[in-house]
Amino acid sequence: MAILVIAEHDQQSLKAATLHAITAAGKLGGDVHVLVAGHDARGAADAAAKVAGVASVLLAEAPYLAQPTAENMAANALALLPGAYTHVVAAATGYGKNILPRIAARLDVAQISEVIAIDAPDTFVRPIYAGNAFATVQSKDPVKVLTVRTTAFDAAGAGGSAAVTVVPAAPDTGHAKVIAQEIVKSERPELTSARIVISGGRGLGSGENFKMLEALADKLNAAIGASRAAVDAGYVPNDYQVGQTGKIVAPDLYIAIGISGAIQHLAGMKDSKFIVAINKDPDAPIFQVADYGLVGDLFELVPQLTAELG
Amino acid sequence: MKILVPVKRVVDYNVKVRVKPDGSGVDTANVKMSMNPFDEIAIEEAVRLKEKGIATEVVAVSCGLAACQETLRTALALGADRAILVETDVELQPLAVAKLLRAVVGNEAPQLVICGKQAIDDDANQTGQMLAALLDWPQATFASRVEIAGGVATVKREVDGGLETIEMKLPALVTTDLRLNEPRYATLPNIMKAKKKPLDVTSPATLGVDVAPRLATLRVTEPAKRKGGGKVADVKELVAKLRGEAKVIA
Repeated sequence: MAILVIAEHDQQSLKAATLHAITAAGKLGGDVHVLVAGHDARGAADAAAKVAGVASVLLAEAPYLAQPTAENMAANALALLPGAYTHVVAAATGYGKNILPRIAARLDVAQISEVIAIDAPDTFVRPIYAGNAFATVQSKDPVKVLTVRTTAFDAAGAGGSAAVTVVPAAPDTGHAKVIAQEIVKSERPELTSARIVISGGRGLGSGENFKMLEALADKLNAAIGASRAAVDAGYVPNDYQVGQTGKIVAPDLYIAIGISGAIQHLAGMKDSKFIVAINKDPDAPIFQVADYGLVGDLFELVPQLTAELG
Repeated sequence: MKILVPVKRVVDYNVKVRVKPDGSGVDTANVKMSMNPFDEIAIEEAVRLKEKGIATEVVAVSCGLAACQETLRTALALGADRAILVETDVELQPLAVAKLLRAVVGNEAPQLVICGKQAIDDDANQTGQMLAALLDWPQATFASRVEIAGGVATVKREVDGGLETIEMKLPALVTTDLRLNEPRYATLPNIMKAKKKPLDVTSPATLGVDVAPRLATLRVTEPAKRKGGGKVADVKELVAKLRGEAKVIA
């Protein structure tokens, strides 16, 4: 029996999130197999084969998998599952969360979301109530289907030499079609894997003022995030959102600028190694979690900080 | 076209929850309860589709304790036409809720189900996808725009690096993200009217669904408190500390 990891990839390479999922899978006790379902995805499959801890890569290719839907990804995983796997694992990204509940429902088993620790092959810790409590849950199902929080598991390194086996792709479910994608191209590191994250909140006052953060981010090679309030106000797109309902980050350094620190935001960043907060309100809750709080006008302090970093 | 909207009664998002001293769960006694915020967005979207003449009826469904009737009354006050409560004292997990909803969909035959993307208590983010899988329907999760025309739903979704547009034939299922809409407030006349709208009560047994939990919660603990509260006087001190003490910048 083995563990199946659903890879997230762009056909040529693996997404960083999958490396974290592979590490989590390695803690479950069993060979780790990685499913790469795509179109012309040999590059991604070869990349997966070189990841430490991977015993086997299964490559399913079909033209309709160039822009896969949840329905088709689930169908391809389900085709491999019967009797062969004890666990199905994916990163708790938008991608993984879209697919895994479908697989679990078809198997008639529970799904366990956002796992942050593995106590035993059937026992997992996961945050509930925006991370204000941790639940330890035990699954009684024959197959455990889990999404894992990438910040809780290290990225698997290189050094693997698994074989890539081509498996037949499942037929197109024909359910839904991706007709457009608007993926924001950015020179910056990805929010969930960046070493430094700079986030802006409502205190910035406008989308225009986020430019100020860009200058600082350039100096630090940081990713830019935002609070839900800033997203709701339309300053930046939703994929900037750090928090319970957005992205969960745990960088070495998190700089919160003009963010008050609502519970739902803290849930997305409080595991960062060091937290800096810049806010004019000395009573803002963000200061309670900050290692270095700086009280004052962000419109003066942020340019000063950018200049100070030379 | 009929739209079904599942709604969940959860601890209000403004409440700071406390873990029970015996580690058995979170204290929900005497705590303000509200409709899950993502479900409010789902109701709003359904009601707007009705106002545009695309939907003819909006049915709200909740599963759980008798107290979920309050949540359903809120849905009715926001514009749902009628409500169904699947009443049970059993702790419901997402798979069980998805099965109950599948049974309700079987009875009601809606063309569209709109769910919140996740509930803010268990943060599972599963029920919509599970329901779509059980029904063998297409799904568009994390929606930020929904258009319905000619039996086809065109949905803009929030994905990891941006946006994706999906086209799917009805019947289909949508889960809501934050930016789909801004829910209205219930007006007093509508709250009064909601009291007279029909609310049917059924049960898992009547629907023929086994709702026994699949996951046992062994314990619930409070996360380690972060030691924060440190302050610096100015930018110079901040940079010095980041370089010397934290060593996170060069």
